[in-house]
Amino acid sequence: MPIERLLGAMMLVLVATGCVPVLRGTGDLGIVVERATGRVQVVETTGRSVLGTVEGLGDLSHAAAVFSRDGRHAFIFGRDGGLTKVDLLTGTIAARVVQAGNSIGGAISDDGSLVAVSNYEPGGIKVFDTATLRQVADIPAVGADGRPSKVVGLGEASGKTFIFTLYDAGEIWIADLETPDRPHIRKITGIGRLPYDGLVTGDGHFYIAGLFGEDGLALVDLWSPEKTARRILDRYGRGEQKLPVYKMPHLRNLSTAGRLLFLPAVGQHVVLAADTGTWTEAGRVAVLGQPVFAVARPGGRQVWVNFAHPDNDAVQVIDVPTMTVIDTLRPGKAILHMEFTPRGEQVWISARDSDEVVIYDAETRKPVQRLPADKPSGIFMSTRAARMGL
Amino acid sequence: MSTRAVGVVIACLAALPSVATAGTGEPDPARRQALLHLLRQDCGSCHGMTLKGGLGLPLLPDTLAGKDEAALADVIRNGVPGTPMPPWAFSISPDEALWLARILKEGLHAD
Ligand code: HEC
Repeated sequence: MPIERLLGAMMLVLVATGCVPVLRGTGDLGIVVERATGRVQVVETTGRSVLGTVEGLGDLSHAAAVFSRDGRHAFIFGRDGGLTKVDLLTGTIAARVVQAGNSIGGAISDDGSLVAVSNYEPGGIKVFDTATLRQVADIPAVGADGRPSKVVGLGEASGKTFIFTLYDAGEIWIADLETPDRPHIRKITGIGRLPYDGLVTGDGHFYIAGLFGEDGLALVDLWSPEKTARRILDRYGRGEQKLPVYKMPHLRNLSTAGRLLFLPAVGQHVVLAADTGTWTEAGRVAVLGQPVFAVARPGGRQVWVNFAHPDNDAVQVIDVPTMTVIDTLRPGKAILHMEFTPRGEQVWISARDSDEVVIYDAETRKPVQRLPADKPSGIFMSTRAARMGL
Repeated sequence: MSTRAVGVVIACLAALPSVATAGTGEPDPARRQALLHLLRQDCGSCHGMTLKGGLGLPLLPDTLAGKDEAALADVIRNGVPGTPMPPWAFSISPDEALWLARILKEGLHAD
């Protein structure tokens, strides 16, 4: 087909779907999950606008997303087990499957060929071909005790390898899917009680699982041949009574600030800084509530923190060089998520009960724009496509 | 969250102690709205927005069948130590916890 005709056809598609009918790249695109309505907004961060919405994604409470390596498609994991591939350029659903009763998150292989979904019920992971969403593997998570387990903290290691944590069983599994019909699984048992989430560090070197039932975290060195788990930041609570946790912290979105990885403590109103060379505590910052996300601004100069109920109207900004809270912001009601633009000059914040996404200038820490959104939760920028651990 | 609504309820309870302790205490409509919002959104962060379960157990009529309302209300107010289920006594009164337990057993979407 001559190029003009091809472009003409694409324009028609774009016009028909209500998206802006111009050729564009994907580097400044993102999605905002509207959790109550099963819908996502496609947004762009250059003009800070909503390009369109995509409906029909099912139950999106607690939805997460990963991106195809070209940043064009978002794979969105819904609570009802729905896995939806959304085309950001046309604003349409490219493929969708409902794969399990109750899912929680997912990951995409480095080569972009496989997308994995972790499930609570029935516990395990399922793996799909990213082109078609055809299922290629099903790995039930049954712990060493013989009981099924919820899966949390799914991430990807290099190669077609996925790594995840069994909440009930207290295990970390590393599944190599080079041959998807015969996955090779390495199981690390006895990592500690009630691991609630996990992450792969931005350099792909380590996997860390947060432990609800212990005063510490489990660390796996993904470069080492033996791949065992060891306890880090042991007794960070210093024996103090744990405070109740009204929302579990999330680890997936962490990023390092220089040598430091900032982690929400569990049951303490503290953000911990771990030295990623020695994995010892390098500092701690007292904050106003139970931290949920502690997100480092790209470049690592600041860490922005949001909180569990009843402090979920606040965002605090930690200045990394001085390890102090330099600002307490009140962007709106029920702050669920924060996402920086790729270079970190803006941060997009979802205020669920204000029905708004509030965009802050990260430098001045002043709101520069508010975009209406229906019960917004997760915000995911397409440049996650190019980052390890996301 | 409407801390003002909580304040109003507390003020009413203080003014009418006999009503508050009578155990008939259906929360008033505004407070019911606030509790339902809390249930879907904040309890929902662990139990799922549709209460089908998440890290926490499902809170659906069939999974709660056979469980005692008072015992469930006690879990809501005092949590389950050693698990992520936190105590909500700081913002949910005994009557409100019983009301929540009852509507959970009846089913949130039944109406
Ligand atoms: C931080 C996570 C979390 C939050 C928030 C939370 N729960 Fe729970 N809840 C749990 C967990 C985990 C359990 C299971 C405890 C156990 O293992 O016995 C549970 C158990 C329960 C049970 C007992 C269920 C049964 O079948 O015995 C009830 C009732 C309950 N929660 C109600 C609530 C209500 C109401 C709220 C909000 C006001 C709430 N929960 C908020 C985590 C949570």
